[in-house]
Amino acid sequence: MSSTTNTSTQHTSTIGAIGAPSRRNTELALLAFAVVIPVFAYANVGLALNDEVPAGLAAYGIGLGVLAGIGHLVIRKFAPYADPLMLPLATLLNGLGLVAIWRLDQSALLQRIGQAGGKATNQLVYTAMGIALLIAVLIFLKDHRTLQRYTYISMAGALVLLLLPLVPGLGAELTYGAKIWIQVGSFTIQPGEFAKIVLAIFFAGYLMVKRDALALASRRFMGIYLPRGRDLGPIIVVWAISILILVFETDLGTSLLFFGMFVIMLYVATERTSWIVFGLLMSAAGAVGVASFEIHVQQRVQAWLDPMGEWELSKTVAGHSAQSMEALWAFGSGGTLGTGWGQGHSELIRFAANSDFILATFGEELGLSGVMAILLIYGLIVERGIRTALAARDPFGKLLAVGLSGAFALQVFVVAGGVMGLIPLTGMTMPFMAYGGSSVIANWALIGILIRISDTARRPAPAPAPNPDAEMTQVVRPS
Amino acid sequence: MNKPLRRIAIFCGLLVLALLIRSNWLQYVQADSLASDKNNRRVAIERYATARGDIIVDGKAITGSVASEGLDYKYKRTWKNGEMWAPVTGYSSQIVGATQLENLEDGILTGNDDRLFFRNTLDMITGKKKLGGSVVTTLNAAAQKAAFEGLGNKKGAVAAIDPKTGAILALASTPSYDPSSFAGISQKDSETFSKLEKDKDKPMLNRALRETYPPGSTFKVVTAAAALENGIVDGIDKATDTPDPYQLPGTRTDLTNQHGKCENATLREALKVSCNTVFAKLSDSVTNDKMIEQSKKFGFNEAQLDIPVRAAESVYPEDNRPQNALDGIGQGSNRSTPLQMAMVSAAIANDGKLMKPYMVDQLRASNLDVIESHDPEELSQAVSPETAQKLQEMMETVVNDPGGTGGAAKINAEGVTVGGKTGTAQHGVDNKELPYAWFISYAKLGDGSSPVAVAVVVEDGSANRGEISGGGLAAPIAKSVMQAVINSKK
Repeated sequence: MSSTTNTSTQHTSTIGAIGAPSRRNTELALLAFAVVIPVFAYANVGLALNDEVPAGLAAYGIGLGVLAGIGHLVIRKFAPYADPLMLPLATLLNGLGLVAIWRLDQSALLQRIGQAGGKATNQLVYTAMGIALLIAVLIFLKDHRTLQRYTYISMAGALVLLLLPLVPGLGAELTYGAKIWIQVGSFTIQPGEFAKIVLAIFFAGYLMVKRDALALASRRFMGIYLPRGRDLGPIIVVWAISILILVFETDLGTSLLFFGMFVIMLYVATERTSWIVFGLLMSAAGAVGVASFEIHVQQRVQAWLDPMGEWELSKTVAGHSAQSMEALWAFGSGGTLGTGWGQGHSELIRFAANSDFILATFGEELGLSGVMAILLIYGLIVERGIRTALAARDPFGKLLAVGLSGAFALQVFVVAGGVMGLIPLTGMTMPFMAYGGSSVIANWALIGILIRISDTARRPAPAPAPNPDAEMTQVVRPS
Repeated sequence: MNKPLRRIAIFCGLLVLALLIRSNWLQYVQADSLASDKNNRRVAIERYATARGDIIVDGKAITGSVASEGLDYKYKRTWKNGEMWAPVTGYSSQIVGATQLENLEDGILTGNDDRLFFRNTLDMITGKKKLGGSVVTTLNAAAQKAAFEGLGNKKGAVAAIDPKTGAILALASTPSYDPSSFAGISQKDSETFSKLEKDKDKPMLNRALRETYPPGSTFKVVTAAAALENGIVDGIDKATDTPDPYQLPGTRTDLTNQHGKCENATLREALKVSCNTVFAKLSDSVTNDKMIEQSKKFGFNEAQLDIPVRAAESVYPEDNRPQNALDGIGQGSNRSTPLQMAMVSAAIANDGKLMKPYMVDQLRASNLDVIESHDPEELSQAVSPETAQKLQEMMETVVNDPGGTGGAAKINAEGVTVGGKTGTAQHGVDNKELPYAWFISYAKLGDGSSPVAVAVVVEDGSANRGEISGGGLAAPIAKSVMQAVINSKK
């Protein structure tokens, strides 16, 4: 972390970008691009599919522009020193996702199987709700350290959210699926998306308190520090819960995501490499163990090893899916430059073409160049998040920022890797781009929290005791 | 906490890097093989995305394209009078693929041929839609119609060739099928196809090209040619030394004749009334080796005759003496496609020179530029011009002389001369099945040029065995085909 020497009259006791420019105008300029690029893409889809600029172009452009604009104004007012890249990057991904969803809405094949039609409008509503939540976070969460108070409530909340899909009558069993949805009225909600954030708050609060015990009370053995038996408790509990998720919700992705997030945060909190080793060993053991008896997981692995065989089977045997192979064909058919918007056939993926598999549409229509750009945008968001963690002045903020960014990175890796056949496929959504309310809303909230932390981190050093509340929360009570 | 944070940053960077490498692997290294995988539906979608180019006969398209009923296939193939043209075009179906011309010239018809690459690229730059090219055939619509209607509801085949060039003028096969009936991808298309496939009359068999028959007495023309070429007989009007009946060499089996006076008959007389004894003995005198040699010169024993659709191999095998004698009258183990016998007739009409048969005259791009055009090609000098002259004389006797077996093929038009040979091939165990009626012929105009040679086979044409004969069933069809060609030349 580079610290600048403070030459101003302000306090010298803090590190950070003191007196750094707020970069709000940078954000606005980037935001203009983030809105204009999807608008052009939207026009492009219309021209390619129907030879005319789509009728809803103005409404779409204004809608996205207004949403992003309001977000920007709120940041200007309530988080003036926030990281300038996060809002534009998320807006760009969200906008491109909307275009791809609208493009798949036009597919007669997807309409016939009920996977398309009017989804883009829904998604725009979800986007509005997501940005509303972002605004709410920025307005009501004046300081992220407030969240520290809710450490154990968060734990309970996360457990409830994770277990909800297993409640009889509430869990929704979808085709091909992992049991990670709940049905409320006509809506299906993926509580796991929200659990991700709540769990990060719990881990951050918990580890901040426990990190010294976990880091120092250990024995050195063969070059690595072995934790004491009783300190192993938390990691074993989290491990057990993620194994339970894998077994009962049959979702490798969610399980991996939560366990991975915990290991990352544990490592950052304790600075002990041994935790990483333990984490890897435990997750490998857990995954292999569960895969040995869980048929659904075996099938996913089989489909990953031999997508072509799975494709052949899917024609005759129920329960097998052609999606993996269809997605690979979509990527391959896109080639280096892609077919151009609206000219691919990613609808052949059928089920979840506009959600879990949406990257395949980008792969086919924008080609390798488009996919690399999108992956780099995700990478940028993650790195800005980790940079926020570096800049944060309080351990809770550091842990929360790295937890959220790490979870975001793992999710992108698990979904994109699954769709591209790098790892076995799991049922998760591409953040911001995939169709689905839970995902969009939860990720905007995630960005909201990161923006809040980055604002605190980049804010010029506060006047003496500007926030007594924050001072209070820094008192660590041993439990 | 900053050191582990930096490490986590690197770790996340590695995750993204892994994804980047994977996308390069998929979309660059493996892109082509994935994109052109035959199971990748995009290949078919692309194929049916543009209206397929047409197959042309006499300047008119005999095919077309209509909107397909599927969600992602835009066009499907149609045929005009598909039953009549199916032996020429083959089929192109979304559900079972393509055959024959539709398959062989697929690149031109879809517009994906490498030779169209430059044009396609230009079109792409100028924003024009890619269109399929067309295949211009050598066929003669009137002759094809005469052949198809002549066969009617009988099983059989007709092949007609222009002797000078080898251009195929008619190629009919019955019973036939309408390729339009299964061009799409619906359940109905699939059912129609499997019904056609199971039909015991084999409507999808292209009998003119792909079925071999015992050639029967029409093969006597080849035997005569071999005898003349090898000096076994001095002239066509000199008596041969032939007993009647003739005992097949090395056996006690007597070979008899159906009709006529065949003992010591001249070659001309023997061909006119189709003496079995004379030609079986001649074949024996020529010997198996020389018979094979002569047959080869006419195109037999060629496994790879592509017109461009590959024809089945007509064979004259190595045989023992009695079998070779029977081969000489087309009743041994030699077999022939109708096209092959048309080639024999054409070579004789063209003064002994056998031209390679072909049915694609030109391949054209969508803007009518000629991509490829066929130049007539000589396959062999089957017999010397003198022998060809003698054979013509004899074949004309068959048609013109009272008492000749081929009288039904005679065309009463000024300057037109017809030469022909009948055949009634016995087959089956003990020759119990209904015989095949054969007729091969050519027509000559007043200036001595020959515009058409034709071979006709009628399988099991009549329930009444006695009525089946080459002269009665097949010759009239040959006549109407020749007439159609002559009329269309005027």
